[in-house]
Amino acid sequence: MTITDLPISSLVNKLRNKEITAREVIENYAKNIYEKEKNIKAFINLDIENALKRAEELDKMDEKKGLLFGVPVAVKDNMNVKNCETTAGSQILKGYISPYNATVVKKLEEENAIIIGKTNMDEFAMGSSNENSSFFPTHNPVNYDYVPGGSSGGSAASVKSEEALAALGSDTGGSVREPAAFCGVVGLKPTYGLVSRYGLIAFSSSLDQIGPLTRNVKDCAIMLNAIVGFDLHDETSVNIKKEDYTSFLGKEIKGKRIGIIKEVMDFNIQDEIKEELKKTVSTLVKLGATVTEISIAHLKYALPAYYIVAPSEASSNLSRFDGVRYGLTVQGENLTSTYELTRAEGFGKEVKRRILIGTFALSAGYYDAYYLKASKVRKILANEFEKAFEAVDTLLLPTTATTAFKLGEKKSPLEMYMSDIFTIPVNLAGLPSISVPHGNDKNGLPIGMQFIGNWFKEKELLQIAYAVENG
Amino acid sequence: MNEYKPTIGLEIHIQLNTKTKLFCGCSTQFGEKPNTHICPVCLGLPGALPVLNEKAVEYGIKLGLALNMKINKESTFYRKNYFYPDLPKGYQITQYTIPIASEGFLEIKTEKGKRKISIQRGHIEEDSGKSIHTGDITESTYSYIDFNRSGVPLMEIVTYPDIETAEEAYHFLVLLRKTVRYLGVSSGDMEKGALRCDVNVSLSKSNTMGTKVEIKNLNSFRSIRKALEYEIKRQTEMLKNGEKTIHETRHFDEKTGITKSMRTKEELNDYRYFPEPDLPPLLLNKALVEDIKNSLPELPTQKEERFIRQYLLSDAYAYEITSSTELADYFESIAKATGKPKEAANFLMGSIMKFLNETEKTISEIGFDEKKFIEFFSLLEKGIISKNIAKEIIIESLKTGKSPKKIVEEKGLIQITDENKIEEIVQQVLKENPEAVSRYLSGKTQILGFLAGQVMKKTKGKANPQIANKLLAEALNKMKQ
Repeated sequence: MTITDLPISSLVNKLRNKEITAREVIENYAKNIYEKEKNIKAFINLDIENALKRAEELDKMDEKKGLLFGVPVAVKDNMNVKNCETTAGSQILKGYISPYNATVVKKLEEENAIIIGKTNMDEFAMGSSNENSSFFPTHNPVNYDYVPGGSSGGSAASVKSEEALAALGSDTGGSVREPAAFCGVVGLKPTYGLVSRYGLIAFSSSLDQIGPLTRNVKDCAIMLNAIVGFDLHDETSVNIKKEDYTSFLGKEIKGKRIGIIKEVMDFNIQDEIKEELKKTVSTLVKLGATVTEISIAHLKYALPAYYIVAPSEASSNLSRFDGVRYGLTVQGENLTSTYELTRAEGFGKEVKRRILIGTFALSAGYYDAYYLKASKVRKILANEFEKAFEAVDTLLLPTTATTAFKLGEKKSPLEMYMSDIFTIPVNLAGLPSISVPHGNDKNGLPIGMQFIGNWFKEKELLQIAYAVENG
Repeated sequence: MNEYKPTIGLEIHIQLNTKTKLFCGCSTQFGEKPNTHICPVCLGLPGALPVLNEKAVEYGIKLGLALNMKINKESTFYRKNYFYPDLPKGYQITQYTIPIASEGFLEIKTEKGKRKISIQRGHIEEDSGKSIHTGDITESTYSYIDFNRSGVPLMEIVTYPDIETAEEAYHFLVLLRKTVRYLGVSSGDMEKGALRCDVNVSLSKSNTMGTKVEIKNLNSFRSIRKALEYEIKRQTEMLKNGEKTIHETRHFDEKTGITKSMRTKEELNDYRYFPEPDLPPLLLNKALVEDIKNSLPELPTQKEERFIRQYLLSDAYAYEITSSTELADYFESIAKATGKPKEAANFLMGSIMKFLNETEKTISEIGFDEKKFIEFFSLLEKGIISKNIAKEIIIESLKTGKSPKKIVEEKGLIQITDENKIEEIVQQVLKENPEAVSRYLSGKTQILGFLAGQVMKKTKGKANPQIANKLLAEALNKMKQ
């Protein structure tokens, strides 16, 4: 077993016992990166020099503290890392050096993780394939012809290819879980408010949530332990007691009530995925869980509601990129033309499309018909989930309706939007949800199963995911 | 008589003088080096998030309560979206559908009596940065931006179109400024931008409202009054000539005293308001609001009325003395210590105010405290000094900080009450003014005042005036016989 094969807890233990050095860890991962990165292109920015320097500092420490001591972590490029370029995958921020750390980055550093690089993503997290990155697309490590999913495609690919041991992604409508499913890794979207958003470049503020991507459920729980916590810098972060998310791993799930969402079957789902869903159900039953059917009647309205709320908030969140203070400036002959030229050149097609949709939806006279209506759908969905969680502990559904598709295969935006039909409802309701790999299709592409938990029930969610992973 | 009735509404932005900004920990200090009080939040850097300043909320509640408004238990923040270089996020965080305070009034006093001006709403919002243009804005080739002001808390007060004259608008603003200063929630200084006011004015013959015109660039209360007077005249003349006024924004030119059209309202922005997702609704519990209500200080009008009642001050004096809490507190301490409120008010509004105006000092800087006032009144009462000398002693004490007693001793200003001494001077004066004496004797008795003045002059004001008058009259009457 090589160093890069070690899961987080084993790696940290070996480092603590001085069986290996942090420098060796980074050198081994660097070897993987040099070998694979040219084909995968998971990173926008890699700083191995800096990672090695940090590793040496860790090696000099007498007390080897921290949940992630010496763990090489990749961070999605929409999270601010002090003195590092932070682009969110956009030309408009090319060359922008952040003067501050996102709260999650600060937490990773406090746990002595080593940030190895910033991962590629769809521009401003708008996309499901990483093809909307304004720099280059990332390739799926399982098969380079296929997309890794998105928008945290770089993060998922870096974990799958063992270029990093773990990664952070952000999930607004499935951006952690969908690439996790496509690449065959574990991806968690925590309850809205569990992880601070401070320093995460906002796409849709009421939906965005940072989550880990890892090789297995236990690593995921450890990463979650490291990044959660109330943050005074984020008013939407929730002040709840800290828990150990690994504490329920391995506990038996006998008697757990699992719900299958009836309406999921109304959608066109790839046969192999339906097959894996059935297998997952049998595993759960075998482990002593009960499986029942549950209705989320408004499930089909989630996607349209999302495509009002998210672009509306985005149209406002992206207003700050105006060429005045930082990032790209294309000088026009007056102020208005400077705005227009900067934004015309700096933003990609999908970003512009969503800004336009959002601007329209918020316009005087349309607000009630679109934004307000979509907000009502959110409330209804949340209520339906709340009711479902009276009857069951956890919901089970596929993460995606299909496995990964080929680069360039999906032509229309709508086709692309459909990639997130099963993940979006979760964000609208603010619930936690995890995607775990479960089998492959006939082309060898990974399939992801998704579990949705009640608000702040990450511990139980991870318990079930762990049972399925090891069942 | 103007047959067209003006309807005036005011929108006032009041900077709340919290130590830190509305959504970050940066200082709100005015007049610092540009771009020194800034951070990722108030610069709108990617990923930064707002965190609401509780003190600003408390100040907002205070002001709302003082303006007799209802404090809403749940209010929400909204984003007002528009592009401008000094607005770093591309939106302003403000309140929209439900503000923190709504439906109140302020009762003003004008020459025509009391009037209640209704207030529609009061909401909390963040200030923008400040653009500094090179030269005139229309010709400026580039501009500087100072973000020190970006994110400073504001409370916007919007009145109903209840105001009918420039005079009323002026009185409303004076009372509002007094109120914010009494509460200590804002400096209210217009020249520092801590209080900014836009006015809306329309004229109509009937009860239906006329076309609204907004006036901007109003940098003082005097400007507001002048701009309104001008605008009412301008619109009246237009309407009388059968012309129509248009819905527009006009710029007030301080130098010429006239308003000029800036832009017509058709170019109005659609601000695409929507609830700020980064901030949860602002929930206020009853106990907090109740606590703040109970801790409110006495407000300007209450104090003014109490001073009239308790200290029997004239309306004019009570109004002036309550113009600031500093002055009112000073007066009250003197009134209580000396037991002579009316006399204290006279000296305060006379010699002391004159001195303050001339030296541009404030009442707290002069050190003429209760002890000095007590000493001063005792000198007067005991007849040691005359009323004329008294004013001189106050000024001297204000200038030098010396006690009244010491000044009297040093300058030999003790009143002459010795009748023999005064008699001597009376005789001298009668001798030196034979013409005046003969006029008195021929029946022009009012000349007595002139002669008394001469006596005072010779004694440098130290002669006891009653004694001097008595002796003069006696001497002249003797001459008649």
